[in-house]
Parts: sequence; structure tokens; C-alpha cells
Amino acid sequence: MNNRLINWFKYASPQSFYPIAGKMIPWFWALAAVFGVAGLYIGFGVAPTDAQQGEGYRIIFLHVPAAWMSMFIYLVMAFWAALGLAFNTRLSGMMASALAPTGAVFAFLALWTGALWGKPMWGAWWVWDARLTSELILLFLYIGFIALQSAIDDPRRADKAGAILALVGVVNIPIIYFSVKWWNTLHQGSSVSLTKSPSMAMTMLWGMLLCALAFWMYSIAVALMRARSIMLERERHTEWVRALLTDKE
Amino acid sequence: MYWNSFSDFLAMGNHGVYVWGSVGVTALLMLLEPILLIQGRKSLIARLRRQFRAEKSDRSADRGTSSNTRSGN
Repeated sequence: MNNRLINWFKYASPQSFYPIAGKMIPWFWALAAVFGVAGLYIGFGVAPTDAQQGEGYRIIFLHVPAAWMSMFIYLVMAFWAALGLAFNTRLSGMMASALAPTGAVFAFLALWTGALWGKPMWGAWWVWDARLTSELILLFLYIGFIALQSAIDDPRRADKAGAILALVGVVNIPIIYFSVKWWNTLHQGSSVSLTKSPSMAMTMLWGMLLCALAFWMYSIAVALMRARSIMLERERHTEWVRALLTDKE
Repeated sequence: MYWNSFSDFLAMGNHGVYVWGSVGVTALLMLLEPILLIQGRKSLIARLRRQFRAEKSDRSADRGTSSNTRSGN
């Protein structure tokens, strides 16, 4: 083994990751607040009204970031799960478990804000359309992952079972993303894509991107907080947790 | 600023219920999640500290008594 590999694995141990995460969390909260205030100010204070949708379109500043995060968190969760299966590192399973509830929150928020947007624009809270249905499946995948892990007492086995579920469920992410292209749906196409210039006013775009950045920072902060608790809980039999919690008295 | 008045801002062009319903639930969940995490962490740390203290006093009690007899509990 060369030195680089050893160093890399050093930071993959909960013992060394725990204090680093603790130092990073306040910074991510600060960034989330700054981006959030800026994004909401632009989205609700500066951005002009939409020609077709009036003011109701402003739900976009929450809906699109929430939907993006719900998909992206799933990819990150599946990535950690795969890493855990491949290398059997303790940290990987903890990170996957730490991400799932936050992903579920964003999947729910994407559906909730979508329903509140759909009602005035389409006249329906819900339709069984490809985009909506696949996003609902994403929420169920998160809930299934959480339920499966909590049903298995041994954390390492829970990690493995959860990892397999997470990896099988990855197939749903491209289905959500491309659903508006592959099928005729009520849901509008993407306003922002990697291949063409965005089809929206610059202030709207900035508001949405800043809100998305805020949601990113929030997700990292919350996932790190949950990961730290999971580390303490699972490593409670180790010396480092004992030293950490008994020295401070 | 884009709005003429605060009531304009609240009305959101007759879409107020939908817009503020989205904002409200999003804000609620994004406040609730960290609050629950902080509470959970506090109770976890308290529980682990209790457990470690109990184990420590068990060990010192063991040392206090003779090696053959252990006070039953």
C-alpha cells in the first residue's frame, strides 16, 4: 500500500471525521443563510411577474431547488452505499443513513410545492403523470431505505441491505430527470438544462440558483449533523467516543 | 423592490394561498429538521454519559470488593 491510500482511509474513519465535520457545520449554516436570504430576496422581491403564470410561478424558487436536491441527495446516498459495499468502510454506511431523511424531506417538499403549483396552473393538485409519479416513487424509495435500515438491528447488515436498495433505486433518477422528454406530460420541460441556455429571465434564474445553493448548504449541514450523531451512537463502544464524552465533565 | 404594497406582496396576484402554503411548509420542515437533530443529539449524549458513568462506578465498585465476592444487584 502506498502512503496516499493510507492517508485517504485515515479521513474515512469516524474518529477523524467527527471533529472535522463539527468544525464545518457552522460554515455550511452560514452559507445556507446567506444564499437563502439572497435567493428569497431576488425571488420574492426583485424578480418580475411571469407573463403566463402571474405571481404563482414564484413557487419555482422553492420547488425546483427541492426537486433537484431530492434527486441529487439520492445519487450521493447511492454513491456512499456503493463505496460501503466495495470497501466495507464504516463511514460510508453512516453517511448514506445520514442523507436519507434529508432526501425524503426534499422529495416531500418537491411534491408538496408541486401540488400547490399544479392546482392554480393545471387545475389539479395531482395527476398520475410520469414526472410526478416517478418523484413519488423517489419519496417511497427514501422511506423504504429508512424503514429497511431501522428494521435490521445489526448496523453493518442494515448498511448492506440499505445499500442494495439504494443502488437498485438509482434507476429511478434518470427516469425522473428525462420523464418530461420521454413521455407526454403535463409537467413543463426543464427551465434550466446543461445543453442549452436557460429559458427564463436572468433575475428569475439567479433567484432560483441562489435558493438551490442555499438548499445545498442546508443539506450538507444537516447531513453532517445527523452523521455525527450516528457516529456517536454506533461507535459508543470505542475508546474515542468514551474519551470524548467523559473528558468534558 | 418589485411590489407596490405589503398587501400586494401577501396577495401574490390571487395566488397567495398556494405561494405561502409552499413557503410555509418548506420553512417549517427546514426548521424542524435541525431542531429535532439538535434535540436528538443532546439526549443521545446524555444517555451515553449516563451509561459511561454507570460502567465506571461498576468498575470501581468491583475493585473495592474482594475478588471472590461481588455484591449482587
